[in-house]
Amino acid sequence: MTVTKTQAPAVVDDGTRAAGDGPVGSARSERLSALVQQHGALAVLVIVSLVATFSFDSFATGDNVSNMATSSAFLAIVALGMTFVIITGGIDLSVGSLFALGGVLAAWGSRHGTLVALLLPLVVCGAIGVVNGLLVARSRLAPFIVTLAAMLGARGLMLAITDEGADTYLIGKGSFLAELGQGSTLGLGNPVWIMLALFVAGAVVLRRTRFGQHVYAVGGNEDAAALMGAPVARTKILVYTLSGVLAGLAGALNAAWLASGVTILGNGMELEAISAVVIGGTLLTGGLGYVSGSLVGVLLLKVIQNVINQIGSLDSSYQQVVSGAFLAVVVVAQTWLGRRRQLM
Amino acid sequence: MAPPAEVLAVRGLSKTFPGVRALDDVDLTLHAGEVHALIGENGAGKSTLIKLLTGVYRPDAGDIVFQGRPVSFATPLEAQKAGISTIYQEVNLIPLLSVARNLFLGREPRNRFGLLDFARMNREAEETLRGYGVRVDVRRPLRSLGVGAQQMVALARAVASEARIVIMDEPTSSLEPREVETLFSVIRRLRDEGIAVVYVSHRLDELYAVCDTVTVLRDGRRVHHGRLADLDRLSLVSTMLGRELGEVRSEGLTKFTGDHHATDSRPVLEATDLTVPHQLHGVSVSIRPGEVVGLGGLLGSGRTETAKAISGALPTSSGRVTVAGVPLRGGSTPAAIRAGVSLLPEDRKSEGIVPGLSVRENISLAVLPRLSRFGLVSEARVDSIVNTFIERLRIKASSPQQKVGELSGGNQQKVLLARWLAMNPKVLLLDEPTRGIDVGAKAEVQKLVDELAADGLGVLLISSDLEELIEGSDRVVVLKDGAVVGELTGDEVTEDKLMRTIAGDTPERDAVGEAATDG
Repeated sequence: MTVTKTQAPAVVDDGTRAAGDGPVGSARSERLSALVQQHGALAVLVIVSLVATFSFDSFATGDNVSNMATSSAFLAIVALGMTFVIITGGIDLSVGSLFALGGVLAAWGSRHGTLVALLLPLVVCGAIGVVNGLLVARSRLAPFIVTLAAMLGARGLMLAITDEGADTYLIGKGSFLAELGQGSTLGLGNPVWIMLALFVAGAVVLRRTRFGQHVYAVGGNEDAAALMGAPVARTKILVYTLSGVLAGLAGALNAAWLASGVTILGNGMELEAISAVVIGGTLLTGGLGYVSGSLVGVLLLKVIQNVINQIGSLDSSYQQVVSGAFLAVVVVAQTWLGRRRQLM
Repeated sequence: MAPPAEVLAVRGLSKTFPGVRALDDVDLTLHAGEVHALIGENGAGKSTLIKLLTGVYRPDAGDIVFQGRPVSFATPLEAQKAGISTIYQEVNLIPLLSVARNLFLGREPRNRFGLLDFARMNREAEETLRGYGVRVDVRRPLRSLGVGAQQMVALARAVASEARIVIMDEPTSSLEPREVETLFSVIRRLRDEGIAVVYVSHRLDELYAVCDTVTVLRDGRRVHHGRLADLDRLSLVSTMLGRELGEVRSEGLTKFTGDHHATDSRPVLEATDLTVPHQLHGVSVSIRPGEVVGLGGLLGSGRTETAKAISGALPTSSGRVTVAGVPLRGGSTPAAIRAGVSLLPEDRKSEGIVPGLSVRENISLAVLPRLSRFGLVSEARVDSIVNTFIERLRIKASSPQQKVGELSGGNQQKVLLARWLAMNPKVLLLDEPTRGIDVGAKAEVQKLVDELAADGLGVLLISSDLEELIEGSDRVVVLKDGAVVGELTGDEVTEDKLMRTIAGDTPERDAVGEAATDG
């Protein structure tokens, strides 16, 4: 690219005048809003954890923390894939069913060896993700409809494999798969380490590769992205595939942890994952989001559940009431911050 | 010195859409380092031509020879890769991504691990943009930049992709005068680097400031091409509008009778100093009962914006509207409607009719709240109003229950008119009321406007059809670049005067014009 600087054109305003009022104040409040949007969930997580530590003796114990971490790991892996999908402006409602299907397939496959047990859920759930992506990207159907169909279809497939849930497949003790799910390293469960590794990889892919740039570009303005040469359809297919594969993997690890493929799992998990992603600062409308935020979102949901369990006198049904109310507050705050940033 | 190389040669390009010959046998030649003005009124075929050049549409006939080779682009992306970049009126970038990422999307620098090298990307982005007079923190989201700076980023991106031709579609429509200067210096630099620029704009000042050559399109045909300097402003406007200079005013082409005269009373509507950033700069218009005031000017001169600002559909930053002496709360359409101001929008399809609803429902839509008592609507009263207007406006529908989407354009327009007339307005703002409807319906609508004015309504008429404007209006206010540049009354309302005022080189340019034009 050659840029000759022989003529020095007048300097264009750096543009803070967009709304026509106080440029300094709006730039500062824009940065502040961005900060709150990105790290607000982390601050809340720290506060809630501190309060819980001082309120309940059993909260900050090694066992409790390790349990919370392990049970968070499965949802976190699902939320990781969901983060990519939501940043492109889409949604994946099929992950709960794929999680359950992945678990059953892993347990069923464990009779044929660890390799089959691990690969089968990834391949099947990935394939369903590819179909989701193709339908969304090529047929231009609404992601919500496409993945709703996949959600019903995948659950049906799982019920067919388990004879309406009558057959439960077990994972033998001492196998590599069981070790992967139940064992621990340096005091943390193996699923936690796998989840952390996936998040590091996910963050690098999203922030430091062209594919990641395309994910943001497609969600930010699909038409502009196409005009700028981003492969819109390929990007969409890839994120739905990724989401499917990760949901399958999470299901398989969960089955390994429980030592069986439990058919009643995963109901409503898609909503939990979406909540976690949104709480973590990713915009539901796409174009803006953080992998790290989704992890914080998952931890926050799990900590709140744990606190409610600690209270004990509170019926566990109220967990969902609290989670729902919390999500509503977060979404309102997100929208408000987003609008504020957009307008100023 | 050898003449500059021919970059693009378009021969006999034609494109037909159902019912419309959008482009008919058009030629266009571009040389390296040429800044070419492409002008024409709405529907003249400019955007069709651009879309054919950039691979959005495929031509029905004709050849496009780019850098000596015949080409046929399937997508805008292909055209871009070959070296034809387009900068659209609306900035087509990604607001949430950083400035640097927008500039480099698709060709990001990478380090040896294949990961994006942000340090280098930001450094290079800053360097590049400085050449375009944009000094910003390139890590900030694009959205935080002003429209002018965003436009520069789009331009920098287009040029950086090794473009040989840069097409700019009304690039200055949202720029400040200072930013326009910067754009011009960039265009001159492109010219010096041998890049051909196609410049689409309706602002004559800009065309004469920066363009070397010109192609004028009208009704899908090329009606003029050559050096811009050889064509004075008045000839340019008359070529564009298809009117010979001093052409005898033809009688009887419109159905206006002029049988209405403003009563001597005070204005029913007074708009003072309407200002909308980038669009209107202190426009004032007043309308008396029984008067048809025409709003003249080229596309983009602020006619539609004026009507929208009056009706509250476009928020103004300053200015005042009073209806029958009572000030109107700005920026509120319901308030305007309650005060008796109704706007018939330019784009019937997207801003007016509800095609899936019946004629009856479309007509009664706005008036329903007035016909209801305790939230219940009196069907009989609706029927009586609907039937009155179907009869009075001679709406041709099989029954009041017919869906409006099935009616002809002219009848759709009448349904819209009926909707607002049912509200008993004091002032009607008509934005291109006869565009896209057939000759017979056009005459009927024109006759209706006459009748309504004769009944004492104040009418603001916007039309690109000069005859309609001249024969239909008692007075014509002429806009240019969002400001009033003249007002023609009585015998002054002639084509010749109107075109001279639009072109902005009238000797009798009055004080209003001097005061209102900016830069």
